[in-house]
Amino acid sequence: MTSDLRGFELDGEIGGSGQATGVAAVLDLLGQAFGVAADRAAPGRGASQHTWLDTFDWRLNRAGLVLDYERKSRGGRLLLSKDDVLQAEQPADGLRASRPRLAAHLPAGPVRDRIAKLASPRALLPVATASSTVSVTRLLNADGKTVARLIVDCATVTRAGQTVVLPARLAIAEVRGYPGPAHRAAQLMADAPGVTPARRSAFLDALHALGRHPADYSNGITAQITAQQPASVAVSTLLLGLLDTMERNVDGVLRDIDTEFLHDLRVAARRTRSAIKLLGDVLPDGLGGRYAAEFKWLGDLTTPVRDLDVHLLGFDSMTGQLVAASPADLEPFRAFLVRRRAREFRRLAAGLRSARFAALTEDWRRALADAQEGRAKRRGLTADDLAVDRTGRAFRKLTAHGAAITADSPPEALHDLRKRAKELRYVLEFFAPLHNPAIYRKVVGDLKQLQDCLGEFQDDHVQREEIHALADAMLAERAAPAATLLAMGEIAANLAIGQAQARAVFAERFAGFAGPEGQQRLSALLERPGP
Amino acid sequence: MKIYATYNIKGGVGKTTAAVNLAYLSAAEGHRTLLWDLDPQGAASFLFRIKPRVKGGGKALIRGTRTLEGAIKGTDFEHLDLLPADFTYRNMDLLLAGAKATSTIAGLLKPLAAEYDNVFLDCPPSISLVSENVMHAADVLLVPLIPTVLSVRTLDQLGDFVAGFNGRRPEVRAFFSMVDRRKRLHQDVTAKILAERSGVAATPIPALSLIERMSTERAPVTVFAPRSQAARAFRDLWAEVA
Repeated sequence: MTSDLRGFELDGEIGGSGQATGVAAVLDLLGQAFGVAADRAAPGRGASQHTWLDTFDWRLNRAGLVLDYERKSRGGRLLLSKDDVLQAEQPADGLRASRPRLAAHLPAGPVRDRIAKLASPRALLPVATASSTVSVTRLLNADGKTVARLIVDCATVTRAGQTVVLPARLAIAEVRGYPGPAHRAAQLMADAPGVTPARRSAFLDALHALGRHPADYSNGITAQITAQQPASVAVSTLLLGLLDTMERNVDGVLRDIDTEFLHDLRVAARRTRSAIKLLGDVLPDGLGGRYAAEFKWLGDLTTPVRDLDVHLLGFDSMTGQLVAASPADLEPFRAFLVRRRAREFRRLAAGLRSARFAALTEDWRRALADAQEGRAKRRGLTADDLAVDRTGRAFRKLTAHGAAITADSPPEALHDLRKRAKELRYVLEFFAPLHNPAIYRKVVGDLKQLQDCLGEFQDDHVQREEIHALADAMLAERAAPAATLLAMGEIAANLAIGQAQARAVFAERFAGFAGPEGQQRLSALLERPGP
Repeated sequence: MKIYATYNIKGGVGKTTAAVNLAYLSAAEGHRTLLWDLDPQGAASFLFRIKPRVKGGGKALIRGTRTLEGAIKGTDFEHLDLLPADFTYRNMDLLLAGAKATSTIAGLLKPLAAEYDNVFLDCPPSISLVSENVMHAADVLLVPLIPTVLSVRTLDQLGDFVAGFNGRRPEVRAFFSMVDRRKRLHQDVTAKILAERSGVAATPIPALSLIERMSTERAPVTVFAPRSQAARAFRDLWAEVA
């Protein structure tokens, strides 16, 4: 049997208890042209449960992939498809699909191989689950030979304790060498009352029934603002969007599903602080200032765990660079990092469960909602005016700071420049919908190159200092064998080399972004037609 | 891809019933299986309810104007496909005579190696260029033997013939077919040959009316009577020769 499926569905009105009637009508119609007989031995028939998996930020979906864990009484398998075409499959008996796990922790097989890098470091989560019952009917020619099959898939999902029946899906499967009968059957079915070509995949049907849609989370700036909006409304909208992002990540952080929940929460908090600093003056009096300290508290609360996550995420790549020491020498260091992370995580979790955090998010949401509806502090100032003014200001600040940096400047000068670059990046991103997309992409692309260089310089510097501090802490806990300390020394030396390399390319990257061409590009970005 | 061929110079000895049942059992185990009905009588095609007709006939396949792949039909069973017979196969000897002597069928099957795990060739009875081609293509020659002295002589002749091949030779696996346990001769010959020779499967296929019923059921006996003695015999035989 080949699987040349021609997909149809029974329309919504027939769905539910009427589905059996609808299917019977289709069988009657097909019975006028073919013999029909239930196929009780057909592969794929019977009951199964489908759990579709993706990362919280929909990495598989964004790559056009759908991962389905199909569980039957005889076992389970993972099916990876793209555009409804199966790309890879592997057995995965006994997988508890409801439990988040890293793709690297799936059973070995071609599906894991295809997605491990794409999903990493995010965990796979169940995004929808459907129970399905598939029945197969053989369509026979005059000799009693099966020349096509009718496949009917009746599925349900559970939403808030209620069973929701999905539109029954019907397909004609062609038998090899018999394209004509399959075509004829598909034509007959297309003309049957209540049958329409399937509008979307079974996965999207299930997702839709659950009230979700693909890519319903992104760690980017998702708030939609318009050029002529009052500036205060636009800024409140941006900040509410960032608050949504923070809140959506809290549960994942507390359940410690993967490291990126905390990362996204921190980015949203940092963007909030920058927005308050750079744009907060358009909000009602004192609003930004009142909350700036609270968001600094949130940032500080989350820093220790994130720093340890960064060490652990890069651990294997770090050990791969060892020349003199052996990776095994660093294992006590890894164990120390894991222990310390567990300790810091308890503090973080307590902070996120605290009344202070609850008050921060609740009060901030209420204050922003009021600001959205209240009178603008600076009447007449539009979102676009604000975008032009603050983007230009952030760019000038960055170029002035950067131009003052020489070969003799201390590392702190580059660290400070990195902060300015981040601020400019955030302002650009906040107002992205208001800019010319092509120029915007180029400006952000050049800025990103500069940020990568500054990030490499600072991260290496900070990590080196942290390794020193961690070595002291390990010594204090008597958890530092000599071989481990030597290996950590080698890692620190490698970081110093990386830092020096980043420093060497800084001038070129800065000139690329802030030189005459870069300045012209930014002017073009901020240029607006005259009154 | 492993190629099995059911062959005997005589007709009516159980070649097709063996090919049909063993191919089905191979597919039922999950092996992607193809059965090529090379007999112009088309008995295997009939048993799978498939019309014994190939577009362009045997000529198009042998000359390569049509691919084998394009002529394949799906059976009613998962993993089992059939390349139907065609009445023009009666002239296949003539067509092969003009082609690459004894390796044409092997060459035609090569492109299917990625698609199938097991291929069964159901040969017409005769000794001809077709059967010689089949012997050169096959990894295993499955030879049904009716337990008589003359059948055993035929097996010896076949063994000698294959031994004369240069290079690659198929493994010759004989099995007793249409065995009537009530006949003393069948019992004696079966016991004697099993004791004296290697390469003969221990599982006999009995002469049963149930096997004859395949032509009215138009399905392998292993499908319509899976718990029968006949089905058990084919399963045991497959376990021996697979």
